[in-house]
Amino acid sequence: MAVRISSNDGVMTVFLEGDIDHHTAKEMRETIDLNVNKSNPNLLNIDFEKIQFMDSSGIGLIMGRYKLMNSIGGKIKIINIPNRLEKMIKLSGLIQLGIFE
Amino acid sequence: MADIINEMNLNFLSRSYNESFARATVAAFVSQLDPTIDELSDIKTAISEAVTNSIVHAYKNGIGMIYISSKLYSNGRTIIKIRDKGCGIENVNQAMEPLFTTGGSERSGLGFAVMQSFMDKIKVVSKPGKGTTVTLEKYIIRRSVGNGR
Ligand SMILES: Nc1ncnc2c1ncn2[C@@H]1O[C@H](COP(=O)(O)OP(=O)(O)OP(=O)(O)O)[C@@H](O)[C@H]1O
Ligand SMILES: [Mg+2]
Repeated sequence: MAVRISSNDGVMTVFLEGDIDHHTAKEMRETIDLNVNKSNPNLLNIDFEKIQFMDSSGIGLIMGRYKLMNSIGGKIKIINIPNRLEKMIKLSGLIQLGIFE
Repeated sequence: MADIINEMNLNFLSRSYNESFARATVAAFVSQLDPTIDELSDIKTAISEAVTNSIVHAYKNGIGMIYISSKLYSNGRTIIKIRDKGCGIENVNQAMEPLFTTGGSERSGLGFAVMQSFMDKIKVVSKPGKGTTVTLEKYIIRRSVGNGR
């Protein structure tokens, strides 16, 4: 399983693993959305430490979860982005959202 | 003129599993030019973008074949073509603009921008109803000479 989730007191943390592409993003998205819709956290952390590779599908995944958290009045934080993903994150313009740690 | 040192073709169905298969296979092929980890990662990302586009846009209503061909030159020049026989693109210039997408809320419209910035050159030729060919080019910096290739 490429997604592990821990929840505590309104804070949900999602640990992703492996590669993010259009194929793998589907299961990650479905698992996250299911859990968020079930427990409506105030804060969603998504941990990227164990992501080896991601293409623009990873940006779509982040954007989609950002919108989801906005729609339920919560916040999102993207944590532990490895150096290898920085080029993609910079190009995406997502930094402006202020969701990266 | 630089000589061609190797060439390969790879054809596969537009199944999303093949996104990782295609980028790993092309990366393994290009590895004989002794690229850095960063160069290889750039190439893998660009391949993933082009193949995903063929899967999610070109063949959005079904399954078709995707054709990759790659040529490596002695001066480090690497050419990779990704071709599909899918729906094609009406307006290529518009499609290549950052953030332009016809793909809905889970797509960011960044695929072409990524290919552009991660590779040295990109050319897109498309015909509505016929298909699309994306040609990517990158120079792998040669750090050693005469090592028996
Ligand atoms: N092979 C293709 N066949 C048909 N249309 C394509 C193809 N490649 C790209 N397109 C069109 O060009 C648009 C832009 O592509 P691009 O890869 O930049 O963004 P995207 O695929 O929509 O989103 P992202 O790549 O960020 O997930 C697509 O939305 C689609 O309309
Ligand atoms: Mg794309």
